Amino acid sequence: MLEARALCKQFGSLTVIDQVDFRLGADEAVGIVGPNGAGKTTLLNLLSGAMQPSAGQISYRDADIKDHDAAARCRLGIGRSHQVPRPFIGMTVFENVLVAAQQGGNAHGPDAYQRGVDALQACCMLERANRRAETLGLLDRKRLELARALATKPDILLLDEIGGGLTDGEAEELVQIIQQLRKRGIAIVWIEHIVHILVQVVDRLICMDAGRIIADGLPAVVLADKAVMSAYLGGGAI
Amino acid sequence: MIWINQILQGILLGGYYALIAAGLSFLFGVMRVINLAHGSLAVLAAFLLLVIDHWLGISPFVGLLLMLPAMALVGVVFQLGVLERSLRGGVLIPLLATFGVSLLLDNILFALFGANTRSFASHIGTLSYGSWAINRSIDISQLDALIFATALGLLGGMHLLLTRSQLGRMIRATAIDADAAALSGIDPRRVRVAAAAMAMMMVGIAGAALGMRSSFEPYAGGAQLIYAFEAVVIGGTGSLWGTLIGGIVLGIAQNVGATINPHLSQISGHVVFLLVLVLRMRGAGGLLGDLRRKIRRQPMAPT
Repeated sequence: MLEARALCKQFGSLTVIDQVDFRLGADEAVGIVGPNGAGKTTLLNLLSGAMQPSAGQISYRDADIKDHDAAARCRLGIGRSHQVPRPFIGMTVFENVLVAAQQGGNAHGPDAYQRGVDALQACCMLERANRRAETLGLLDRKRLELARALATKPDILLLDEIGGGLTDGEAEELVQIIQQLRKRGIAIVWIEHIVHILVQVVDRLICMDAGRIIADGLPAVVLADKAVMSAYLGGGAI
Repeated sequence: MIWINQILQGILLGGYYALIAAGLSFLFGVMRVINLAHGSLAVLAAFLLLVIDHWLGISPFVGLLLMLPAMALVGVVFQLGVLERSLRGGVLIPLLATFGVSLLLDNILFALFGANTRSFASHIGTLSYGSWAINRSIDISQLDALIFATALGLLGGMHLLLTRSQLGRMIRATAIDADAAALSGIDPRRVRVAAAAMAMMMVGIAGAALGMRSSFEPYAGGAQLIYAFEAVVIGGTGSLWGTLIGGIVLGIAQNVGATINPHLSQISGHVVFLLVLVLRMRGAGGLLGDLRRKIRRQPMAPT
């Protein structure tokens, strides 16, 4: 469904993404792990359109989307959440999802309102619908981030360390929400450092290091890979 | 009774200042741009209205129906040609770019219309001098009352648009976080173009008010920019209702100053603006911080 070929991103002389090939099938859930600076968030930025690649191709449902900006990709069905939640402060929780449903989801009138309600319900945020976004705690901000992406009616959700900064119990709550989203047929690309919650959801795991994919396969196989252990899990130091 | 009258006149004058400041405040709220061409654009709007009235021989109020769409178009060109490009260059470039536009507009208007002052006073009949006598000491100018009501209506309308409409939510989302807005399907570039068009329509209304309540000439924009800037700072940057309060405070300060001594009219407004600016400075050295520490009787942290 979503495919990137020979993707590169350079900032001056620094190569952050180096010849990455990536493929995501329909209904698939892919986890991405790797040490800090591996290029995981940059890869997500390139896929979501927040950044333009220096070279390479990105296609969605066999159509070239490399030149589409973030808003256009969102309207095509590629939703994204941020590592640090970025709610529209000053707006209520419901307004946050409503604007996403209307613009990203192309819903109008009562349909947009209903989609906003559905997104909040799916993310256990309906009872906080009328609260202003800036009054929310971290877990609720992460739920709102997820609900806002969901309101755009995505086929693919790109999640950037959505479990970061949460307790195990809170992260488990998010896992349950994400598992429900999977049942709706939404494909997921999830960057996460908390590997034990990630492997509960994903079918496939990718490990990145220094802008390259060093392992790609079943989670158990990737986590047992010597190169992965050395680069990410600190195998060389043990 | 004279003081009550002066305060009342100050409030009405504040309506004009709020009107002229509304576009500046709105543009700053959405794009974080201080538009130094704001005053010149208001004067451009006044001259546009003058040309429309001269060519078609219609009332300035009817002429607004043609001038406002023209100003919206000016806003689109201004956004795409100046602001969108200069926004990529950091904080300083938009200031320099809009200052350049201001100089350009002033001199083009001077070349086209000369240095003579113009006014719509003779085009609006008794409205330019008509008033309602409340008692022997207090008169309310009909034009000032109309301008104040227009400011209230404009700010109220903008408030409703921003809080109740789809476009308003898009504008607010873009103003808060343009990147996050884009990831929610909003095209920030188009939203900024719409916001600039709306801001220029507000500037157009302010330009018409300028031409009706006083005279204008090609270089009148500088003073209008200063009044608008002072009202925005006093009321709180980016806040539409704050702009009304800022305008009223500025109007009252000028009228009270003029009552004490006619020469103090302008300077008393500037003094209030500077006082508010100093009070708004935060941090260890700010007057507000010093006052807070004294009130709380807390020692200043060692630096």
